[in-house]
Amino acid sequence: MSTDSMGRLWRDGLWDQNVVFVQLLAMCPTMAVTTSGTNGLGMGLATTAVLVVSNMLIASIRDFVSSQVRIPVFIVVIATLVTLVDMSLNAWLHGLHKVLGLFIALIVVNCAILGRAEAFASKNGVLASAVDGLAMGLGFTFALTLMGLVRELLGAGTLFSQASLLLGPAFSFMEVTVLPGYTGVLMMILPPGGFLVLGFLLAGRRLIEQRISRRACAGGPAQSACSA
Amino acid sequence: MDLALWRERIVYQGGLLALSTFLTSAALVLANRATVSAIEQAAQDDLKQSLTQVLPEGMADNDLLADALEVADTGGRKVNVYRGRKAGQFSAAVFEYRARGYAGDIVILLGVDPAGAVTGVRVLRHSETPGLGDKIEAAKSDWIHAFEQKSLAGMPLASWAVKKDGGVFDQFAGATITPRAVVKAVREGLQFYAAHQAEISEAAR
Repeated sequence: MSTDSMGRLWRDGLWDQNVVFVQLLAMCPTMAVTTSGTNGLGMGLATTAVLVVSNMLIASIRDFVSSQVRIPVFIVVIATLVTLVDMSLNAWLHGLHKVLGLFIALIVVNCAILGRAEAFASKNGVLASAVDGLAMGLGFTFALTLMGLVRELLGAGTLFSQASLLLGPAFSFMEVTVLPGYTGVLMMILPPGGFLVLGFLLAGRRLIEQRISRRACAGGPAQSACSA
Repeated sequence: MDLALWRERIVYQGGLLALSTFLTSAALVLANRATVSAIEQAAQDDLKQSLTQVLPEGMADNDLLADALEVADTGGRKVNVYRGRKAGQFSAAVFEYRARGYAGDIVILLGVDPAGAVTGVRVLRHSETPGLGDKIEAAKSDWIHAFEQKSLAGMPLASWAVKKDGGVFDQFAGATITPRAVVKAVREGLQFYAAHQAEISEAAR
C-alpha cells in the first residue's frame, strides 16, 4: 500500500471524514459521555481499540461473507468483540474497568464501528483496514475529547478532572482548574449542552474549511475547484 | 464451483450465519469460563472495600462476606445483611437499601451498630443529575457523613427529613428530591433494621 493512500486514510479519519464532525455518526455516545474531557478521552480510546480489531477481523473474513447476510454477520462479530473486551477488562484490569465499564457497553451501539466495517473493512485489506480503524478512532477520540473539554470548561470550570483515575496517578498534572470558584453553567453538562457545543463546533469546523479553501483559491491556478 | 458462486446460494448464506453465531457463541463461552472466577473475585473485593467504608476500623474482626443473612423486608424484597462480629459478639450490620431518586433508584450501603445508630452510609449506585444531585457521593461532598451516629431513637421521626420538610438534613441548592430520597432510604433502612433486629443479631451467634 502506497504512502499516498496511507496519508489519505489519516486525513480522512482525523479531519476530512471525521466520524463526529463530518459523518455525524455515533451521536449516542458522543452526547452521553462528553460531560468532561476525561470521559471523552476514555470513550475515544476504548472505541479506537475495538474499531481497529473489528476492522481487521471483518477485513480478514470479507471474502467469505455473502453481501446479502453481511450486516448480521458484522453485528454479531462486533458485539462478540465488545463483550470479550468487557469481560477480560473486568476480570484482569478491574481498576480500569471501573472507569471504562460504562463506555464499553456503549460501544456496541456505536454505529461508527458498523459504519467502518460496512464502508471500508468489507472492501479493503487487513492492513489498510487497521490503519483506517486507527485513524477513524483517533479522529473520534479527538472530537470527543474536544467536546468534553468545552463542556467541562463551561459547565464546571475545570479541564480533565479525574484524569488520574483513568490514566493513572502519573497523569494528575493534566487536571487543571481554570476558573477557581466558578459555579458553572449546569446546562452545558446536561444533554442540551451537548447539542449546543456540537453545533458550535460543527460551525467552527466549517469556518476553518472555508478559510482553507478560500486561501487555496487565492493562491492556486486550479480555479475550477473554487467555484463550488 | 468457486467461492463467488457459492456465496450467492441460500444454503451457503444460511450456513454462514449459523457458523458465525456458533463461533462467536463458542468464543463467549470460553471467555466466560476463563473470566468468571476473576470477575466474581473482583466484585467481592469491591463489596469488601465498600463494607469497610461504612464500618469504622475496629468495629468488626470477622469476614463480613462470610456471615451474610437474607432477610425479607416489609415489601417482600430480600435484603442481604452482612453481620460484623467482634470477639464473637454481634457488633454491626451492613446492608443495601434503596429509594427512588430523581432519575431511577438510589442504592445505598448502610452500616448500623447494635444500638441502631448509623456507623456510615455510602451511595453505591445512582443516576442523579451530574453537578446537582451527585453531591450525595462521598467523593464529591461530605454531605453523606451527616448521617453518622444518628439513630431513630436519638431524634424524632419527623426530623428524619431534609430541612425544607422540617428535618435536620441539608438539601442542595437546586436539588431537593435527591437528598430527600437518600434520607428516606436511610430512615427506612433503620426501620428495617429495628423491625428485624432480633432476627439479625440472634442468628449471628
